[in-house]
Amino acid sequence: MPQETDKKISHYILKATELKSLLDILFQREYHVIAPSIRDKSIEYDPIASFDEITRGWIDHQKPGSYRLANDEQDRFFGYVVGFSSWKKYLYPADKKLFEAEMDTKNFRVIEDGTAAPKYAFLGVRSCDLKAIEILDKILTEGPYVDLDYKRARDNALIIVVNCTRAGENCFCYSMGTGPRAYSGFDLALTEISDGEKHYFLVDTGSRSGEELISELGLSSASEDEIKTAEKAIEQTIANMSKILNTDGLKEKIWANLDSLYWDEIAERCLNCGNCTLVCPTCFCADIEDTTDIAGEKANRTRKWDVCYTLNFTYVHGGSIRTSCKSRYRQWLTHKLSTWIDQFGMFGCVGCGRCITWCPVGIDIAEEAKQLIESS
Amino acid sequence: MAKRKPKLAVWKFASCDGCQLSLLDCEDKLLEVADSIEIAMFMEASRAVIKGPYDLSLVEGSITTPHDAERIHKVRRASKYLVTIGACATTGGIQALKNFRDVDDFVSIVYANPDYIESLNKSTPIADHVFVDYELQGCPINKNQLIEVISAFLNGRKPNIHSYSVCMECKRRSTVCVMVAHGTPCLGPVTHAGCGAICPSYNRGCYGCYGPKETPNTSSLASWFEKMMDVDDDDIVRYFRTFNAFAEAFRKESESHET
Ligand code: SF4
Ligand code: SF4
Ligand code: SF4
Repeated sequence: MPQETDKKISHYILKATELKSLLDILFQREYHVIAPSIRDKSIEYDPIASFDEITRGWIDHQKPGSYRLANDEQDRFFGYVVGFSSWKKYLYPADKKLFEAEMDTKNFRVIEDGTAAPKYAFLGVRSCDLKAIEILDKILTEGPYVDLDYKRARDNALIIVVNCTRAGENCFCYSMGTGPRAYSGFDLALTEISDGEKHYFLVDTGSRSGEELISELGLSSASEDEIKTAEKAIEQTIANMSKILNTDGLKEKIWANLDSLYWDEIAERCLNCGNCTLVCPTCFCADIEDTTDIAGEKANRTRKWDVCYTLNFTYVHGGSIRTSCKSRYRQWLTHKLSTWIDQFGMFGCVGCGRCITWCPVGIDIAEEAKQLIESS
Repeated sequence: MAKRKPKLAVWKFASCDGCQLSLLDCEDKLLEVADSIEIAMFMEASRAVIKGPYDLSLVEGSITTPHDAERIHKVRRASKYLVTIGACATTGGIQALKNFRDVDDFVSIVYANPDYIESLNKSTPIADHVFVDYELQGCPINKNQLIEVISAFLNGRKPNIHSYSVCMECKRRSTVCVMVAHGTPCLGPVTHAGCGAICPSYNRGCYGCYGPKETPNTSSLASWFEKMMDVDDDDIVRYFRTFNAFAEAFRKESESHET
């Protein structure tokens, strides 16, 4: 986890051809490097073992319920925005065995999972996703019950952000105050500049580990011009971000519309399939599953990602509380954009757009919230 | 004195035997099963039959003949718990395609002597005839789920079988969505989990082998197929009429697209 440096962020220049050297240092330091790669026509964050596995030259087109990759004319490394997975799949895995238990003649013996905490280096974390990780930090490590597996993985993780120089069609981080540029919470942040002639990264340092990497690479400081060019690129991203969610009084406005008929309209379309929740980088709900072997001598306890769209999610003695699809969708949207604030002091949405793109029937949280408010 | 082992029986009605094969397919797990239960009747594995009553009966297949409609009651009477396995036993199976047509027409075309054929008009699930303690969906069922159901019954706990969508399994294993990224129609959002999202992981849309999930919104999915993916009504009928054609949600959806 980045330790804040005393001084303010410093800026350096990394040539595109030097990205490999940065990666090589990470491999030398025995980081388990996770970086964007292409899998089945989508960007996915996968473990990589060499620089050659990093993807290059792609952009993505995201629409509600649709995702397509296309060639990037500027041949950038990071021309696309976010893939369907998020970093939570590494910090807070979808299926996690918590412990095993065994019966001996009389007793019940718990065998804790003894595997060492992973040491990840995440390359290509977008600003919205960094904010999402900070939300998970708050929920999973700052409350009365600390998720130790999460905390260990998080403490070890090195974060290299990529600031966005292109806005995806479903991105609305600017509305949510989470991007497109990261200002803290990272070890390094890269802004990729590719203008046909030059191709380089402006590198911001955000921690001591980040500074160390820079000095090992022997990078030179960025010029005023280079800093300005990067700033302009970010401003351009903001100007191009067409999706907007007005967050003024949003919490109260949604709260005031709990009985709106518009929820029925959404429920007609919503499949209650759970995709939106599973792809959301801040959704953290999980189910605890106990299984036994046939002889009843061994048991396993597993934590699995769960979603508020299933009947089982609200099953208490006698039945489920949220039986209608309407009540389940309403729970989700209301939690993300309203009650999360009461619970944790911030929105539960960072505006990454994943739930919009990866909803099989293109249900759009920003648009639905807007329609809901206008329907009143 | 050693505890009496519970007795297991496996019964077959109109079916292809694939689900029973899943039990044989459990290989080393099957030995574990045999350690804890007495496999008292399992014709696909052995001709030796131990008389009932049975603690747990697994029933494969649907009811398609008057004879079977009677036989299932005998099975119920001989069983403490009755668990149906597979699409045939839980929804009528692929043979329920006949439910949408007049059976006499088929019979007279197919058989030289139709008089010898005694077939009901409809292929129906076991639960239409007797009380069923638990239904395990899938065509064929997943062997791990079968072991889970057997262990749960033996250990007196609820099986960890989920009735949510295939999408849940798809995303948990980080499979790229074929609907969104490839434009391939997929029944995953309305289909019961259990297979582990096999087809999407091979870049195919889900065929709906595990039948409808809980609260399936088939009409929304079908209208997305139509409007956004150029699937016509005839094909929508085909999508919903496969192994679980007579499951209520799938049946109604296919009927509403009949032209
Ligand atoms: S909003 Fe979309 S992704 Fe979410 S449950 Fe409904 S249909 Fe599925
Ligand atoms: S609610 Fe949707 S847009 Fe917001 S953070 Fe989650 S996935 Fe991203
Ligand atoms: S591929 Fe099919 S099962 Fe998987 S998430 Fe997409 S719609 Fe659901």
